[in-house]
Amino acid sequence: MTTPNRIILDKYLRHNKKFPHIWCPGCGIGIVLAALLRAIDRTGWTKDEIVLVSGIGCSSRAPVYVDFNTLHTAHGRALPFATGIKAARPPLKVIVFTGDGDCAAIGGNHLIHACRRNIDITTVVVNNYIYGMTGGQQSPTTPEGMKATTATRGVIDQPFHIAELAASAGATFAARSTTYHAKELESFILKGLEHKGFSLVEAISQAPVCFGRRNGMGDPVEMVKREKELAIPISKTAGMTFEEKKDKIVTGIIEEREAQEWTDLYAGVKKTAGEE
Amino acid sequence: MKKKNGQLLQGNEAVVEGALYAGCSFYAGYPITPSTEIAEVLSVKLPERGGTFIQMEDEIASIGACLGASLAGAKSMTATSGPGFSLMQELIGYGVISEIPMVLVNVMRFGPSTGLPTSPSQGDVMQARWGTHGDHPIIVLTADSVPETFEMTVKAFNFSEKYRIPVILLLDEVVGHMREKITIPAEGEVKVVDRLKPEMPPEWYAPYADTNTGVPPMAAFGDGYRHHVTGLVHDAQGFPTAKPEEVVSGMDRLFSKISRGFSEVCITEELYCDDAKTIILSYGAAARSARDAVETMRADGEKVGLIKLKTLWPFPKAALEKYEKSVENIIVAEMNRGQIYREVWRVARGRWQVGKALAPYGNMLTPDMILDVARKVTK
Repeated sequence: MTTPNRIILDKYLRHNKKFPHIWCPGCGIGIVLAALLRAIDRTGWTKDEIVLVSGIGCSSRAPVYVDFNTLHTAHGRALPFATGIKAARPPLKVIVFTGDGDCAAIGGNHLIHACRRNIDITTVVVNNYIYGMTGGQQSPTTPEGMKATTATRGVIDQPFHIAELAASAGATFAARSTTYHAKELESFILKGLEHKGFSLVEAISQAPVCFGRRNGMGDPVEMVKREKELAIPISKTAGMTFEEKKDKIVTGIIEEREAQEWTDLYAGVKKTAGEE
Repeated sequence: MKKKNGQLLQGNEAVVEGALYAGCSFYAGYPITPSTEIAEVLSVKLPERGGTFIQMEDEIASIGACLGASLAGAKSMTATSGPGFSLMQELIGYGVISEIPMVLVNVMRFGPSTGLPTSPSQGDVMQARWGTHGDHPIIVLTADSVPETFEMTVKAFNFSEKYRIPVILLLDEVVGHMREKITIPAEGEVKVVDRLKPEMPPEWYAPYADTNTGVPPMAAFGDGYRHHVTGLVHDAQGFPTAKPEEVVSGMDRLFSKISRGFSEVCITEELYCDDAKTIILSYGAAARSARDAVETMRADGEKVGLIKLKTLWPFPKAALEKYEKSVENIIVAEMNRGQIYREVWRVARGRWQVGKALAPYGNMLTPDMILDVARKVTK
């Protein structure tokens, strides 16, 4: 049965790392990280075979706190590093922990190409709609009309829908949940981890200090309740127009299919090349 | 590998042979003239030897994948040219501060921007030294022929493994594309260095601790030595720190591990320097013309010598300084607007007259162009 968070934290947090963490009070990143740790615990994988890779940003600070092989790369570049690790040493379990800006703006090109390769990496994206570490600038997922320090009159750009973007770029598993639905999130991450191929789980999360505060969204509890209210399972979206879905959070498994995975295919290339 | 006599290879192919000889098992790259042959040949040869080739979406991803592969234990390499080299700059710094070995080949072309993609130039010398942001040490090697390209590629891997630092191999378009006879040494004939691995129990492992060489042993991800790697300034454990004493010791070690190896890393070759009053200093393709010019002047009875740089950075100033008393003039022969000339002028501090023979238009520096300058000086 489910292992309590307390046991999970004791097992996976780095006890030689000086806490506290850098996240603001009420931030959702910890909820997503805990869901990831619970999912990892359910895989039965050892800590030594797991590599947790991140870029730069609030979410990307997560690896330092957990006791795996951990790699905190440059802004947007988690997926290229992760690709190199996985391609060079396929038995390793490679997980990317990233945010909406890191993954979909500066790292957007790497994201679609990692999806296209269908390389066996699981990417967990914390989507809190904002650049938190730099103090609240608009991100590629900030909804239209919302305020950010670089869009004080409201965002005019259309947002990315990261899970759908990944699916259309070739990811063979893509799902979305929220920090309200922490158990569902855990189960999607577990599916992603166990999926052979590129998997992406988008976790809608609250940034009360950098996003909610500027947009009158109340305290962290109210922000999480809002996720519950806006969430609509993908099974109930049939027949809905783009406009009807626009302000909702579509949760569920967006894509799940089987396809040949990159390191498996490359093992075939090596075998053929060696025989020539 | 069997010893093969008299192969006719391109400089870019010699990079491939050198990389494989040194144990390269991972290549990630993006096509760009005039380096593309390196990727093409490795895409064939690496999987034959159990290695991995991957074509990435751009040069940023290419160097990122190489750094990741190196962290997973593979000797890795990428190759590019000017525009791609510009894109790679950020992660060169990542490799330096996180102490990740890898080799980056830049087959230089004329720039800036798209420039003259198939014309020779040595315009990236200062970018190789200072292209990534912040103070940092770097090792930059070069070569003037196909056999020397092989030799310096092996050395690039050896230095990167020994000192845990990305090493840049700066080649000229004409060396990359030129075909020459080369005999690949037999296995074991040339020294190959592998990174030091930790032998202590994992709980004692500190991935960034000081050692008697300044270079800490490096565990690969998956070896049981779980640790943290970051581009933030970090303590001996690899965890981010801003404590002044930890910043000082960490950053100083980053530089001192290289400066302790200067005598090994700074490679030069000399010709007729013992009695020379004038030295022509050159490197890469330009050094071939410089050698020709020196031979011509020697035949005329002029006391002229040649110093050829095979290492550009750290700048091998000791090779010049030993001629402090005997030499009067140094002429720098290079294919740019004087990037190494300025460094020589800085090192000279008035001890020698420093002149220059330059080819800054995507053209090859010819012996005659060097002779024109040198004869005025020796007159």
